[in-house]
Amino acid sequence: MAAANVLDRAFVAAERWLDAPFGAGANPLRNLGTLAFFLFWVLAATGIYLFIYFDTSVEGAYASIEALTQKQWWAGGLLRSVHRYAADAFVAASLLHLLREWAAGRFRRFRRFSWISGVPLLWLMYASGIVGYWLVWDARAQISALATAEWFDAIGLTAEPMARNFLGAESVGDRLFSLFVFLHIGMPLALLAGMWIHVQRIGQPKTVAPRGLVAAALAMLLVAALLRPAVSQAPWDPLHLPPTIELDWFLLFMHPLMAATSPAFLWLLAGGATLLLVALPLLFAGPKPLPAVVDPANCNGCARCTVDCPYQAVLLIPAPNVRTGRQVEIMAERCAACGLCAGACPSSTPFRSTEALAAGIDMPDCDVQHQRMRLEAALARIAPAAAGRIMVFACSEAAQAATLEDARTAVLDMRCIGMLPPSFIEYALRSGADGALLVACRAGECVYRLGAELTAQRLAGERQPILRKSVPRERLRMVEQAAGEETALRAACDALRGALAAMGPAPLPRPKREAMARDRAGGHG
Amino acid sequence: MSPLRIVAQLLLYVPLMALLGYFSTSPRFELIPAGDALLRISLIHAGQRKQECRTRSPEELAKLPPNMRAALDCPRERAPLTVELEIDGAVVFSRSVPPAGFKRDGAASLYHRLPIAAGRHRVVARLRDRAEGPFNYVREETLELAPGGMLLIDFVATKGGFDFRGV
Repeated sequence: MAAANVLDRAFVAAERWLDAPFGAGANPLRNLGTLAFFLFWVLAATGIYLFIYFDTSVEGAYASIEALTQKQWWAGGLLRSVHRYAADAFVAASLLHLLREWAAGRFRRFRRFSWISGVPLLWLMYASGIVGYWLVWDARAQISALATAEWFDAIGLTAEPMARNFLGAESVGDRLFSLFVFLHIGMPLALLAGMWIHVQRIGQPKTVAPRGLVAAALAMLLVAALLRPAVSQAPWDPLHLPPTIELDWFLLFMHPLMAATSPAFLWLLAGGATLLLVALPLLFAGPKPLPAVVDPANCNGCARCTVDCPYQAVLLIPAPNVRTGRQVEIMAERCAACGLCAGACPSSTPFRSTEALAAGIDMPDCDVQHQRMRLEAALARIAPAAAGRIMVFACSEAAQAATLEDARTAVLDMRCIGMLPPSFIEYALRSGADGALLVACRAGECVYRLGAELTAQRLAGERQPILRKSVPRERLRMVEQAAGEETALRAACDALRGALAAMGPAPLPRPKREAMARDRAGGHG
Repeated sequence: MSPLRIVAQLLLYVPLMALLGYFSTSPRFELIPAGDALLRISLIHAGQRKQECRTRSPEELAKLPPNMRAALDCPRERAPLTVELEIDGAVVFSRSVPPAGFKRDGAASLYHRLPIAAGRHRVVARLRDRAEGPFNYVREETLELAPGGMLLIDFVATKGGFDFRGV
């Protein structure tokens, strides 16, 4: 998997480089999946228009498309070209999406369903595109249809060679075009259904491309369509082969490949690649994460964890004994152990005065009790009399926050910043910290997809559990810095400290639990 | 959005657009070498039965259930087709094509294509659809094949055998 690591580094470098002109939100490399969705809708919309004018017959197919291209170049011709370029861009975006996910290792365990369900989409994508070219019924269609038939004949799929259907004018009938149209509509519909299934194990899937990217992609397609309109080749002629044809290398590359090798080689390549893609999650499963656990005694069935889970691992089940009538259940094989569910749980708060904390849903190796102990220990290491004391809550996948630790800075790292219940920030500010710095992965690079996004929404009061309004926001900073960006992280920390210097200590009362503990210690003394 | 970002985005989208435009039609694909023609032989034909039908004796018929008393006993298996193609005196293609079906009682089918230099050629197609003996269908033609021309050799037994189309 060394190649994957090299490719991953290349992708990360390219993504960060493109962040500058595009911003992370509209960066095409960070939105390959949503871009593919958008291009699918472009294909659907333009395809519907083209179908209205398409004549489903041997005699009329070529002529109807020619008429659309020549007599209606400003609408039908333009849309035909957009349809072509959108199909090519769809292939490019989908293949890049596949490569990106593979390079990032997003096919293992909890990603397995999305990965495997994506494999048949490749077949459907190519099949839809190839049949689309046949509808034009020109020399390119002739070569493509015949080559495809020869490919299937190599495995003896039918008693009579399929290629015989394309040998002479007498073997091609209008019903064949009805079949082509049925396939060119049916397979994209199956593709759409597959795309829907593909995102089923993704919490809050992003299937709508950012507006900036949509505008740019549309403009690109239109300009390409205007500058280089899609045109037909010579009409289909069973008795003559043009010396060369224009070939769409995005969709039809397999024809020259088969001509240069053999149908058996192409089957081996296509079948082998498919098997390899399907087997990849099994061959390289990676370490098994320790899934979250539910404590029914503390779960009120509020469903925040269900909504926030990035991989649909938390389900709601009926629970007649609970007030809300429902409770959550973990699907262990889907759980990434990211802790976003624990960060969403209303019972995951350090303020409860019980000595042994327990949350409705929690991480068995890093529960709320353990987190509070770690936080208190970290706060205890900060010099009590120092000014500008900062509690850093850091994602362990982001910039290495441990480099910030000193007499005025304590660090609590965690698997994902989304694991942090906002009440911990308030607890830190009430327990000796003057400010809090949250360190998340760079925008678009969260290992668990939603960590930074959900945390930002919780801090902004847009998502439960919210950070209470009484917590002074000016004492908070959330930065998105990737590993290797420790210098920038230090600068952010210094900037916060500079701001805190003018503010003085945080004007918040000590937590009741800490005050009680202090009183107890004083009483005994 | 700042003008600088727009310019930067354009600088990145234009090459992408150019790539998309270029590879959607180029480079051109040459199916057969320039100056060549394409010869295709394609046929579907049921060979003769491997064994002749035999008339059942009255005793044999009497032993059979009434609904199965067919006068002829015909073994189902058919002979494979032997197909041969000769161009300018050289055999360029020779194949034995088995009948379809588990019982080998279906039609045998064949599809094969072969690039051939354009020009004048003497083409001989031969087929044997029985278990033994010489080729029982032969057609010989001298043909002028144009560059890019496609010669289709089909076989229609009811029309007397091989059918050369495209010349």
